[in-house]
Amino acid sequence: MNRQSATHESNDGSRAHPTLNRIKVRLHNVLSETGQAFTLFFQTLIQIFRPPLQFDLLIKQLLLIGVNSLAVVMVSGFFTGMVLGVQGYIQLKPYAVEGSVARFVCVSIVKELGPMITAFVLAGRIGASITAELSTMKVTEQIDALEVMGTNPVKYLVVPRFLACTIMLPTLTIFSTFAGIGGGFTAVVTLFDVNGSFFLLEAQKNLYVGSVLISLIKATSFGMAIASVGCYKGFSISAAGGAEGVGTATTGSAVISLITILILDFVLNHILFNILGLV
Amino acid sequence: MISVKNVSKSFGRKKVLDGLDLEVPRGETVVIMGRSGTGKSVLLKLIAGLIPVDAGEIWFEGTEISKLNTKKMNVLRRKIGMLFQSAALFDSMSVAENVAFMLDQHTNYTKQEMLKIVDEKLELVDLEGVQNLRPAELSGGMRKRVGLARALAFNPDVILYDEPTTGLDPITCTEINQLISDLHERLQVTSIVVTHDMHSAFSVGTRMVMIDEGRQLAYGTPDEIINIDDPILQQFVLFGAPDQILKMENPILKTYLGR
Repeated sequence: MNRQSATHESNDGSRAHPTLNRIKVRLHNVLSETGQAFTLFFQTLIQIFRPPLQFDLLIKQLLLIGVNSLAVVMVSGFFTGMVLGVQGYIQLKPYAVEGSVARFVCVSIVKELGPMITAFVLAGRIGASITAELSTMKVTEQIDALEVMGTNPVKYLVVPRFLACTIMLPTLTIFSTFAGIGGGFTAVVTLFDVNGSFFLLEAQKNLYVGSVLISLIKATSFGMAIASVGCYKGFSISAAGGAEGVGTATTGSAVISLITILILDFVLNHILFNILGLV
Repeated sequence: MISVKNVSKSFGRKKVLDGLDLEVPRGETVVIMGRSGTGKSVLLKLIAGLIPVDAGEIWFEGTEISKLNTKKMNVLRRKIGMLFQSAALFDSMSVAENVAFMLDQHTNYTKQEMLKIVDEKLELVDLEGVQNLRPAELSGGMRKRVGLARALAFNPDVILYDEPTTGLDPITCTEINQLISDLHERLQVTSIVVTHDMHSAFSVGTRMVMIDEGRQLAYGTPDEIINIDDPILQQFVLFGAPDQILKMENPILKTYLGR
């Protein structure tokens, strides 16, 4: 194959391999979308502090995001705790330190898995639902209608969802953390020869204020990320996108939320543990 | 009242409007005609400030709207009512909540006062007893009427209609056209109607503008429009013209009708 045929001129006149061009375009799109998502995030922060705060809209979202997600978050947390309990006990027993299973379960759930599982459940359940709702409103011109009626769509649609996610994620994390520790307790006490009082005492000894703080900081950040990604993906669809566009945006929202949560978790772990030295 | 001066708008590489000029005098119903994709709906969105112009100016009662910040634009938008092609009713709200939306957002009216206004506006569009229904429970024609009642809720100076009869049966189309004409007579409101339905255009329009390739091709009263000897305009008008126009003894029409 002629080498020249595998290359073509890019917009700036330089010759580049098609794969490189595709990567360049893809990278440009990713950076552009990230910039737009951050713009929406900062617009949201500004609108939060501009009166009036519509409490009826906020309460509706708090119920939708918080109360309606409680059961699924607690069930997820409980079974994650059970798995941790079983795996922890099996892994620690050969070293004769199975007594540390309570510490293992408690620290893992509080610092890492509690906020993470809650965020994953909400990214799938709420983030995707926010995108589907907003993108449908965009396609059916309801967001244009809001603007024509002099209402700021960011203030009316994004702020209540953003605040509800930011408030409810740490709240739900507390519930999922307790459910997780309860799950670990149930598994270890019923399946293995571990004393229940000993487990609870060990769990209590290893539960520090700093750990709870880390958990809540992470959960709050995940809540902001889920709402921001969900709203951005909902707003970014073109009015001509139709049903297919809504589907694509919804799937994209769930995937991007999950990846964002993982990246954010790493960044926060580095900042909180390595730089700030929290335990 | 509204002046569009040398306005251009592109989407990507596609130039939709290319130096368009348009005057909308106070109290008139100006019908914007043109083939699909010629930028009629885009023009309405530019006038409503939903999208920015690439070049040119749009003046609304002596104010150039592209120079307004969001806050001032939102205040100006309270003088504009818009009926969207799909009616764009809020699915999650009842009919009454939809109609009362602007009042709820921008006034301190009590619930009782708002409900009274909702009843008045629904009566204006010949709809009663639907206050508690959801948009999904309404027919296409009813949705358009509710959309119109919502557009009228704040007593706008200008109403923008984006293809008000698209997707409706002929009887409902006639009813909507009659409603637009009645509202114009009763409220003396300035209206801009985007349509490619000639029955609708000649029923409601006091002035007409034809857009072609992003520019103004023709402008005038309905009588002036049918006397303009332009093949694109005449084909457009005659392909969908109402009977009363086809039967007119007009030499230009005869030429294009082959009579």
